[in-house]
Amino acid sequence: MSSVLQLLASGLATGAIYALIAVGFSLLWQTSQTINFAQGEFVMVPAFFVLVAMNLGLPFPVAALVGIVVAALVLGVLFKHVIVDPMLRHGVLPLVVATIALSLFMREAVKDFYSAQAQPFPSLVADRDITIFGTVFSAQSLTVIAVAVVVVAALHGFLSHTRLGRMMQATAQNPSVARILGIPVERMILYTFLINAVLCAVASILISPIYLAKFTNGETLGLAAFVAAVIGGFNQARGAMLGGVLLGVLDNLCAAYVSAQYRAAVPLLLLVVIILFRPQGILGRAEERTV
Amino acid sequence: MSTPRILAWVAAAIAVAALLYAPMVLRSYGVYLLALWAVTTIAALGLNLTLGYAGQISLAQGAFVGLGAYFTALTTNAGLPYPLAFLGAGALTFAVGWCLGYPALRVQHHFLAFVTLAFTTLVFLLLRNEQWLTNGIYGINDIRRPTILGVATGRNVSFYYFALVMLALFTFVQWWILRSPWGRAFVALRENPLRAASLGVDVRRYTLMAFAIGSSFGGFAGALYAPLVQFIEPNSFQLTYSLKLLLMVLVGGAGHFMGPFFGAMIDLLLPEWLRFTQGYYLLIYAAMVVVLMIFCPKGIVGGFVILRDRLFKPAPVRRPDQPAGGTAAKPSA
Repeated sequence: MSSVLQLLASGLATGAIYALIAVGFSLLWQTSQTINFAQGEFVMVPAFFVLVAMNLGLPFPVAALVGIVVAALVLGVLFKHVIVDPMLRHGVLPLVVATIALSLFMREAVKDFYSAQAQPFPSLVADRDITIFGTVFSAQSLTVIAVAVVVVAALHGFLSHTRLGRMMQATAQNPSVARILGIPVERMILYTFLINAVLCAVASILISPIYLAKFTNGETLGLAAFVAAVIGGFNQARGAMLGGVLLGVLDNLCAAYVSAQYRAAVPLLLLVVIILFRPQGILGRAEERTV
Repeated sequence: MSTPRILAWVAAAIAVAALLYAPMVLRSYGVYLLALWAVTTIAALGLNLTLGYAGQISLAQGAFVGLGAYFTALTTNAGLPYPLAFLGAGALTFAVGWCLGYPALRVQHHFLAFVTLAFTTLVFLLLRNEQWLTNGIYGINDIRRPTILGVATGRNVSFYYFALVMLALFTFVQWWILRSPWGRAFVALRENPLRAASLGVDVRRYTLMAFAIGSSFGGFAGALYAPLVQFIEPNSFQLTYSLKLLLMVLVGGAGHFMGPFFGAMIDLLLPEWLRFTQGYYLLIYAAMVVVLMIFCPKGIVGGFVILRDRLFKPAPVRRPDQPAGGTAAKPSA
């Protein structure tokens, strides 16, 4: 029983990180129809921003903040203005190609200009075990869950209880009507990109102590974000959260009980089943299709 | 014939002559690369049919190349004659592609991309984990090169000419499909499925057909890939490979007949030309693709078309009932 609880806790920790990435992913999709194939790299890179800042002599907490700010500027503002804006009016496909190429670019840039080796990354708390009701949990997993919950709760509060957040939601739901109502749609889309970049940076800081910072980290993370977003519901931030958590738990349980070799297959099979029988995702609304 | 059309024929003739003459001046590795280009182009042609003409996005073409390659390697090593293995690879991928087409009937655009993406990863896991059949991560060694019509293709030069003949054959097949009623039906599907259906096009059948034919091109390419490279392993057919093929088609120009030729050439040969930059060639390649997509989102051939229209058509003639563009895959709204 306690081993199940342990698996559940570490699954929740992984899932919470997936959820952060998937929420950003689905936010981008909702407001600007951007399928970001570089989302995994968006999580891989901020860890290196932090490492560079630390190499310049900054203490970890400051470096982490610097990393988040730089991520917001580069992966948020710069990404939107340089890559997404010129391409969006040509449809989804050129942007898909551009983000695939961008992911390759980021991976290679980190490899060539920082290091091809996995880098140790400071963790938020000292790694020790905490015993609750006879079950041993790692402090790191619990911290990850706590931070992710706080971030997601803050985001949820922002989106549904502030004026700005509601304007952003309106933009996501119907840009034309939002524009008629006087919402500066362009700026709202920019904020979405900023939020996505910050979510990715937070996920990066949470996951790097566990997996080490390495240039190839993005591959699996990006895939996890897609799967989580689609499972939960592409057009709902709540859905992406659920999808992420579900995926993390499922992944850990499958590795332990089904087959370590085929653990990667289970989420994908789930993905196919969900797409075929409930394309809008578990929590999603049915999207109106033009045809 | 109009001037641009004559120019295009002249360019094609020069290109064919250059391809035939290339082995005289290139070293063995260069010939090998050109053979790889011919094989990859066949796979990209198939994806262009599915994606560029029929408008169904697929991230599974690399998996089909893998299926074809493994089928060929396993059956020829077991003693099956190569031509039969070749046809078998095509038939197998046609059947699997037909089945993968069923999700395309239910979901479109990005969802279809995710289904095919999942398929690619599942195929990779099968190839890696079913060791009794595929030898797992160690891959399959010593794949023999076939003897075609009494000519042994053991040397790179002879295999290159074999691959080139195959490329010509598949180019012809593609051209024939596209000008047949099937090809017209594919384009009609891409442009407006509802209208196509109301005009009597069997949407269901043609969607499956587009998937199956495109996938079988991948399978045939795989059947050529295995004896060319002579060593296959699951890692070669990961998602990255499918993404690369997608990149080739879109960089070349989706929905343009010549697109895959250029796309595959850039993807395979550019790294070689950039070799002097040492470790940075992938970085430069990726940056170039991003820049190309920013300035020329319809790909290289799409860029040519725009250039041609600027040079040879003084005033754009556009009938009001015909919207502009429409050669590349339609965006999903």
